[in-house]
Amino acid sequence: MHKLLSAAVAALAIGSAPVLAQPTDLLNASYDIAREIFAAQNEAFVPVYEAETGTAVTINQSHAGTSTQARAILEGLPADVVTFNQVTDVERLVEGGFVSDDWQSEFPNNASPFYSLPAFLVRGGNPKNITDWGDLARDDVQVIFPNPKTSGNGRYTYLAARAWANEEFGGDEAQVEEYLTKLFSNVPVFETGGRGATTAFTERQLGDVLITFEAEVLSVRDQLGAENYQPVIPSVSLLSEFPVAIVDQVVDNRGSRDLAKAYLDFLYTTEGQEIAAGHNHRVNDETVAAAHAGTFPEVRLVTVEDEFGGWAQVTEEHFADGGLLDRVFLNQ
Amino acid sequence: MIYLTLIIVLPIMAMLLKVGGMGLEEFWRIVASNRAFAAYRVTISAALLATAFNGAFGLLLAWVLTRYEFPGKRMLDALVDLPFALPTAVAGLVLVTLFSNTGWYGQLLEPNGIKVNYTLVGIAIAMFFTSVPFVVRTVQPVLEEVEGGLEEAAATLGASRWQVFTRVIWPTILPAFMAGCVLSFARSLGEFGAVVFIAGNLPGLTEVVSLLIFIRLDEYNYEAAAAMAFVMLLLAFAALLLTNALQVWQTHYANRNG
Repeated sequence: MHKLLSAAVAALAIGSAPVLAQPTDLLNASYDIAREIFAAQNEAFVPVYEAETGTAVTINQSHAGTSTQARAILEGLPADVVTFNQVTDVERLVEGGFVSDDWQSEFPNNASPFYSLPAFLVRGGNPKNITDWGDLARDDVQVIFPNPKTSGNGRYTYLAARAWANEEFGGDEAQVEEYLTKLFSNVPVFETGGRGATTAFTERQLGDVLITFEAEVLSVRDQLGAENYQPVIPSVSLLSEFPVAIVDQVVDNRGSRDLAKAYLDFLYTTEGQEIAAGHNHRVNDETVAAAHAGTFPEVRLVTVEDEFGGWAQVTEEHFADGGLLDRVFLNQ
Repeated sequence: MIYLTLIIVLPIMAMLLKVGGMGLEEFWRIVASNRAFAAYRVTISAALLATAFNGAFGLLLAWVLTRYEFPGKRMLDALVDLPFALPTAVAGLVLVTLFSNTGWYGQLLEPNGIKVNYTLVGIAIAMFFTSVPFVVRTVQPVLEEVEGGLEEAAATLGASRWQVFTRVIWPTILPAFMAGCVLSFARSLGEFGAVVFIAGNLPGLTEVVSLLIFIRLDEYNYEAAAAMAFVMLLLAFAALLLTNALQVWQTHYANRNG
């Protein structure tokens, strides 16, 4: 037994020794509905990187809920970079010592190369006449969005609905909670991730309205036909940042920092921004944004900082066990 | 022994250590909360439903597979193991599609007011699907070994077919049958992949324990997840002890009458 253990320890030690040669592959741990956009980014990045450095690289993708991804990295998934949809999940990696705490200043725009907002998708012709957040609490409306407990996408939806209600009811917490409780009781099924919710709405024809990122809403419309589905952009919504970060502990161990940096930088280049906009994400590059202005209607966006005092406070007040989300979730 | 220690005992120890880190009060607050209780209730009732169905259906299937010759028998025999080989998430997706209001089964059931998806019945069906091989595969070998001579003797002594079954065959296969049922019950308690798709995941109504554990992990609440897992472990242990007790009783019973 003793011998076996020390052999195992020795094997582990060898396995984790730093690799000196610069690796030619990179693992991007990302969220559930980002498969398509990163598949396109990767395809564009590989030849650009090869032209610059003469090295052919492989970019691997891993997709799941971002909390699940963050936990996987904390437990040893060797992801070189993360492309998440929630700041809080990157913060977990900071706490775990995997990401440096100034990560948001390492890349432009709070390390968020593109952004989106929770928006609605309704069935063709908008039979239930759904135009804004208030309609979602009506008795005759069924709403589909993913479980805020397991999905960042769902958490944005909850916060966006709350931001609207705060304004509508002049900050009266009782009325806000009543609205949210009504909204949650209109949900027939909570899928665990954003793509699952889309499938429930489109494949299984559940519900009258799907709430998910505008990027997903527009993509569904593009793929399944404008006559079958139409996007509805609410009067106000929440800025949803998609933060990216280098996982320092992994890249230092593997010697892949340069590649990781080049990869994330690429997302900010004109080409990278163009791909993001082509996949219905809003971008900050002014030229690209202007070229795609027709795709994205004007909408007033509030931020988590202004409306809720930042992510740390949101997590504590709303999403912790027994927090405000549980109050509306369990009062149905 | 080392295998078992490394693969089974140590992981369980690690989980217990996590639970041991919290006070009794804290542990109780987590595992006895309303939401947790609702999840146990949903999970256990669905598992019982699935096991009842599994017992009846599995026994029938084992009987058909051992006693009859028919074309496609090998195929059917192989099909029994499919739920073991199939990723359970795939099973869940397929079931939810079949039972949706546009699916093959759903379009027949829903007009008659029977809703399967996102109800307890749906959860039970997913559990049934993933645990059906247990009863078949534990009963089948015992049934194969029941001596033909014994049955013939009983028949010669004037026993009817029903009497042969209840007095000769049933007591022989009962322990295996019970063991299969308990295994299928224990497996159903922990099923995650197939269940999350069809359950609806509404807290208090269709939220199963394995999903609640998953949610606690997503909240980075490892202790709470471990505490709930510990409760499930106790349930599984209780189930296994029950089978053993039943088997011991069964052996005594058989010896006394033998």
